[in-house]
Amino acid sequence: MLEIRGLAASINDKPILKGIDLTVPEGEIHAIMGPNGSGKSTLAYVLSGREEFDVTGGSASFNGVDLLAMEPEERAAAGVFLAFQAPIELPGVNNANFLRTALNAIRRARGESELDAVQFLKLARSEAKRLAMPEDMLKRNVNVGFSGGEKKRNEVLQMAILRPRLAILDETDSGLDIDALKIVADGVNALRAPDFSALVITHHQRLLDHLVPDRVHVLAHGRIIRSGGPDLARELEKSGYAQVVAEAA
Amino acid sequence: MPVVTETLDTVQSVTQSGYKWGFETHIEMDLAPKGLNEDIIRLISDRKQEPAWLLDWRLKAYAAWLKMEEPHWARVDHPKIDYQDLHYYAAPKKKQGPKSLDEVDPELLRTYEKLGIPLKERAILAGVDPGDAEEAARTPVAVDAVFDSVSVATTFRETLSKAGVIFCPISEAVRDYPDLVQQYLGSVVPVADNFYAALNSAVFTDGSFVFIPKGVRCPMELSTYFRINARSTGQFERTLIVAEEGSYVSYLEGCTAPMRDENQLHAAVVELVALDDAQIKYSTVQNWYPGDAEGRGGIYNFVTKRGACRGARSKISWTQVETGSAITWKYPSCVLQGEDSVGEFYSVAVTNNHQQADTGTKMIHLGRGSRSTIVSKGISAGHSNNTYRGLVRIAPQAAGARNFTQCDSLLIGDQCGAHTVPYIESRNRTAKVEHEATTSKIAEDQLFYCRQRGLSEEDAVGLIVNGFCKDVLKELPMEFAVEAQKLLAVSLEGSVG
Ligand SMILES: Nc1ncnc2c1ncn2[C@@H]1O[C@H](COP(=O)(O)OP(=O)(O)OP(=O)(O)O)[C@@H](O)[C@H]1O
Ligand SMILES: [Mg+2]
Repeated sequence: MLEIRGLAASINDKPILKGIDLTVPEGEIHAIMGPNGSGKSTLAYVLSGREEFDVTGGSASFNGVDLLAMEPEERAAAGVFLAFQAPIELPGVNNANFLRTALNAIRRARGESELDAVQFLKLARSEAKRLAMPEDMLKRNVNVGFSGGEKKRNEVLQMAILRPRLAILDETDSGLDIDALKIVADGVNALRAPDFSALVITHHQRLLDHLVPDRVHVLAHGRIIRSGGPDLARELEKSGYAQVVAEAA
Repeated sequence: MPVVTETLDTVQSVTQSGYKWGFETHIEMDLAPKGLNEDIIRLISDRKQEPAWLLDWRLKAYAAWLKMEEPHWARVDHPKIDYQDLHYYAAPKKKQGPKSLDEVDPELLRTYEKLGIPLKERAILAGVDPGDAEEAARTPVAVDAVFDSVSVATTFRETLSKAGVIFCPISEAVRDYPDLVQQYLGSVVPVADNFYAALNSAVFTDGSFVFIPKGVRCPMELSTYFRINARSTGQFERTLIVAEEGSYVSYLEGCTAPMRDENQLHAAVVELVALDDAQIKYSTVQNWYPGDAEGRGGIYNFVTKRGACRGARSKISWTQVETGSAITWKYPSCVLQGEDSVGEFYSVAVTNNHQQADTGTKMIHLGRGSRSTIVSKGISAGHSNNTYRGLVRIAPQAAGARNFTQCDSLLIGDQCGAHTVPYIESRNRTAKVEHEATTSKIAEDQLFYCRQRGLSEEDAVGLIVNGFCKDVLKELPMEFAVEAQKLLAVSLEGSVG
């Protein structure tokens, strides 16, 4: 279970998150929507430990452990995965090699045995196939020269291989074609389990048609101003944020 | 001294600085008195039972050296070296030269075992990690092990001699193949070429000699492993590789030294000669002790390496991974005399803490249609300084010559420096010279991305640095590429955070 209480964070002394309260029980998928610049990516970064942001108040725990006290790699080992809104390029770093290093680092941290190259390639190939990704994506350098959509799919491939317990997807649907959107949603649905939860940041109802959330939250000006069931997303799609934001103010 | 102490030393050295090759071997040494004069040179020549011509050659070099000054143009800085305060000859005591491996002092064998250098002649068939390489089976490598001033063992000599290949300590070659040595020694790097080369010519003690006859493809990788052990000694080795028409050889050198708080001088000379259609691939993994985090101790690595592409279509390729030494001053070069000859220089130079590296290459185009490629990757961390210095010279007669240079620098932290100093002199209008240079920093978002995926900060740096160096690392023979990758990570330990 992810429990966020009064979380406040700023960057360069500029407050961005101004007291977030949010609970995601185990096994649930929650969507986060909200206007551009409202702090959605910031929330994702703060939960995953990006050092640029200063946490100025509140708490965040995952399955009872204090997330905010951990290094980013410790959070990853605890099962936190962030699919980046803008995935980062690593020139010269082979995608398969990167993923295997990551997977083994996480397995080591959990006291599990490491996968050798052969075992890993078998796993990676089958996941790539399931996500309808061309195999040569594994041989290329991490995100270098990938199209926008390919980058997003690569994030989902990483998620499928690392098997997180808390997945934070930051606009992973943006830039995906219609088929890819379905494949990505299926990818997340396949991870659904009693001990898996997800925070899905999105601007589009379309993703939520395939990936039906248990709850939908609206983030505006650094606060969650409204929460509801799947219907809330549909309502927003029709009426926009202006009214919800105005009501909350 | 009991072995137990040595083991303790080793454990400490690993934890203190990450330099795990820093142990010392306790062995009885034959040490020349400190100082440099004609008598010392005569002593070296006498210990090696050298012919008169070589003693004359040394004395001539010494006379030239006395009139020379240390070069000051490199971006390196060190206290004055007292050349009279060094031992110029240090050798493990032995009755006679070892005839076979069985006669080598077991303490020495243990030293090389600890360093991971196989001195036993066995084919290693363990598969390499297929994650980095498509299951390359390990091929045996012939090793010449040089301990302080002398070669202590050379393996696989019989196999090689069946192929007609000569691979032996240069001191032995002087006795067994005097004509060959006399013909080529100093023909690429003349005795008075520069201050350190002159010094080396006067006092060189050992090193490797390689001769590949016409049309022969050397059946295995050759490698020399240099180890400085004795205190207050200089190491001056000399390597000479001659590849006759249409032959091929791949040669690798590695080096380590104990951790000491004094600086030690290493001034080697390497000469390569490639005749028509011959190819020499020379790879170096240089890991001399770099000094501690405060900049105390470490090797001064002042080395002259030059290859002559004498024949048409000959090719010389230098690949170096430089992670060690307190100061590196080194410019492996190619003199492209032959028509359509090819010179290559692939370099990774890493400096951390207070290390200084001024390294690069010279490509001298004399032959028509000669081509050269330079790929240099400099990585600086800590308070270090890393300079690429390169010269591309196209002579008037070198019509159609081409050069491509790529110089990339990567900075880790903001206390270090990267400098690129390219000199281009083109005297032929049909020649083409291209130069590209970039400087980058490891971006915070790259590190975060890796850490979010579970990598520690140091592993993340290692991965990004290896990616940065990929174009060079892929030029290394497979076995050594894997080693080099690990070495890069170790060298940069403690550079972030
Ligand atoms: N490095 C930074 N320096 C200054 N301001 C920043 C920085 N990073 C984010 N911000 C600001 O923080 C606010 C929240 O940004 P954030 O990226 O979290 O928005 P978002 O809700 O994800 O928006 P979008 O829907 O456009 O992705 C914005 O006003 C943004 O300009
Ligand atoms: Mg965003």
